Amino acid sequence: MRGKENREKLIQLFLLTIALSAISILALISIFIFTEGLPIMFRHGFKKFLFSLDWYPSEGYFGLLPMIIGSLLVTAGAMVIGVPLGLAGAIYLTQFSSKKVRNLVKPMIELLAGIPSVVYGFIGVVILVPFVRENFGGPGFSVFTASIILGIMILPTILSISIDSLMALPPSYREGSIALGATQWQTVRMVLLPAARSGIIASLILGLGRAVGETMAVIMIAGNATALPRSILDPVRTLTSNIALEMGYVSGEHRQALFATGVILFIIIMILNTMANLTSKRMAS
Amino acid sequence: MEREIVIRVRDFSYYLGSQPILKKITLDVFRHEILSIIGPAGSGKSSFLRCLNRLNEIRAEARISGTIEINGHNIYSPEVSLTELRRKVGMVFALPVPLPRSIFENVAFGLRMAGIKDKKLIEERVIDSLKKVALWDEVKERLNSSALKLSGGQQQRLCIARVLAMRPEFILLDEPCSGLDPVSTMKIEESLMDLKKEYTIILVTNNTKQAARVSDRTAFFLSGELIEIDRTDRIFTAPQDKRTNDYISGRFG
Amino acid sequence: MRWPLTPRQEQAIVRLLLLFLTALSIFILAFIIFFILRHGLPVLSWEFLVRNPREMGKEGGIFSTIIGTIVLIILALTLATPLGVGTAIFLTEYTPEGRLTRIIRFGSECLAGIPSIIFGLFGFILFVTKLKFGWSILSGSLTLAFMILPTIIRTSEEAIKFVPQAYREVSFSLGGTKWQTVSRVVLPSALPGIATGVILSIGRSIGETAAVIFTAGSALRIPDSLFSSTRTMSVHFYILAREGISLSKAYGTAAVLLISILSVNIFTYYLMNRFLRKYS
Repeated sequence: MRGKENREKLIQLFLLTIALSAISILALISIFIFTEGLPIMFRHGFKKFLFSLDWYPSEGYFGLLPMIIGSLLVTAGAMVIGVPLGLAGAIYLTQFSSKKVRNLVKPMIELLAGIPSVVYGFIGVVILVPFVRENFGGPGFSVFTASIILGIMILPTILSISIDSLMALPPSYREGSIALGATQWQTVRMVLLPAARSGIIASLILGLGRAVGETMAVIMIAGNATALPRSILDPVRTLTSNIALEMGYVSGEHRQALFATGVILFIIIMILNTMANLTSKRMAS
Repeated sequence: MEREIVIRVRDFSYYLGSQPILKKITLDVFRHEILSIIGPAGSGKSSFLRCLNRLNEIRAEARISGTIEINGHNIYSPEVSLTELRRKVGMVFALPVPLPRSIFENVAFGLRMAGIKDKKLIEERVIDSLKKVALWDEVKERLNSSALKLSGGQQQRLCIARVLAMRPEFILLDEPCSGLDPVSTMKIEESLMDLKKEYTIILVTNNTKQAARVSDRTAFFLSGELIEIDRTDRIFTAPQDKRTNDYISGRFG
Repeated sequence: MRWPLTPRQEQAIVRLLLLFLTALSIFILAFIIFFILRHGLPVLSWEFLVRNPREMGKEGGIFSTIIGTIVLIILALTLATPLGVGTAIFLTEYTPEGRLTRIIRFGSECLAGIPSIIFGLFGFILFVTKLKFGWSILSGSLTLAFMILPTIIRTSEEAIKFVPQAYREVSFSLGGTKWQTVSRVVLPSALPGIATGVILSIGRSIGETAAVIFTAGSALRIPDSLFSSTRTMSVHFYILAREGISLSKAYGTAAVLLISILSVNIFTYYLMNRFLRKYS
């Protein structure tokens, strides 16, 4: 019998080891990105990385500001496109459409979340880029184009999680408000949206994270110029594309500079993750 | 009438967190009797049952005081093997819980976990157990079909057979008929009357009439305390405690 | 209509606007699929699937990239599934909710939020250069495994939580040990739910590009060892499109990508519904 209990202990220990894998991998990733990226940042000074406009890595200029701004711009643009569409869809499908329509459309949109980013990028290249070039001017590869495509990419995330948080509200909220003579829209605006707030915010942060981290689609459509864009029709380079574009061939300090880019990206993402985590915690409690 | 005591509970208390669920229970269980435990919801009767096979501990660490001895051994002493204890003290739950397996495999389940490999032995035990709960004739043609397809009453008898296959000494039943129709209930009660020739049975029930029908002795629990335990006929005709009287006459509960 | 609007009028307008935006979203997403299939399906043929690419993909088919994708995913799943399911078992069955479970869940959630390019960067520095695996199936599948681990953990955890507590009680009450209960009762019952997570991560892996291109490389040969570089379908598609090698082959590859991902996802959806219906 003792043998059996020892075996159980062993299994428990084994499972504990396995369970630590996720957190260990996270630690491993942070360690590697930081040990590769931080030294060069120390050597040249953080200020130079964060606030200089010049990215000529082969000559020792490592200004990441254009990429930081680039990431901010396309992400903001993506939110401008994706948030209204996603929220509108969530509100319509939960409040105004029949259950049948919702049960058909929601899984459909979630399925579409599986479309790979390269395909989105490709659609951008063959349809949107020429369209923007001909109708709005500029090279077509631009902040504007990238924002639209990214906005569409984060749409399913926002829509699906917002639907879930709206559906999770007790029906009494809605019934109570309607019983008081409010219209459905007033109910949505004044009762349901505030009540589902943290879930919706979590969906926005997740969408934000996806937009900041997106790489392949952005490379294909944003134009990747390292200069600061002067209008939304100018090309731009993001932090992610900066890494992906030059990773293939570089070495030495230049490669370390890409890891420094990774460090900044990593920090931004971790902040977003923690925020999403905290909001969904609040939602749970 | 002097009878052999097989379970001896002394001053037994059980806490969940700091909340006392059972308070200083003292009682004896005799060999081959059916002891009913009755009481309103929240009286601690199910918890008491789960202390006898230490099933309470699968969710949270048990805080207890006092002793429970089964066949003279304290079941809360550290060297007790939980698996052996639970094989000796079988349990049937309120709702029938057939596992998503075949009828045969449901009954054989405990044997397989005990590491028994002998196919003939397993088959014998399964057939024997099914016969004891009068289910054999109903299922012998379809032992390999899913147990989930049986009716509620059949499922519950299957669950009893599953316990019997382990050849336990004790059978704990936790409101076994609460989800069943009168006919199924009657069949289970008949099985119990049969089974007490070989097993010691403790039956928790919220159906006082059931307790009166099947049990030799009855214990009345209220808010974690044992109010009264006596021969069933006496509990139901001349209870000593007013609260017992109130409960069995339907004043509360 | 006079200003200010009555609540009824306001509602009517909002409703129309919401309907329009919802329809627009659906239209855009459906259009993407339609567009790819419209241009890609004519390129598809048996030859396209079973011939290797020639002249960098300008001619021939995509056979070696299909093989590359499959091999990479199978290896990644072989590593990530036991880790993910093991973690889920530990979290749900072996330890009470507390600081440890919070830390593990936090780690898994963070991992889920890390962009694939960071995984690519990490896989490149650790597997490709430090451990000297080179651009290889090994490096690629390890990186991919790390990436899909959180999905498998989360879906397995949910599936395990769906298994009725009564099953566990039955098993324990019959003298089952914890591991017997987990392995004979909990896991078999949770299996369809766990499969959902695994298949979901297959869908994600098929489309993954950034993490794979820097770890598995982009060699067009059929791989012959763990240390061969390989090119997945999505990487192939990316290269075809970005370097303008062949638009028609790009469409064809995109169609194969989309069809495989959508069928995997639809299958997942079907499986999940069946699982949920069974336990509720």
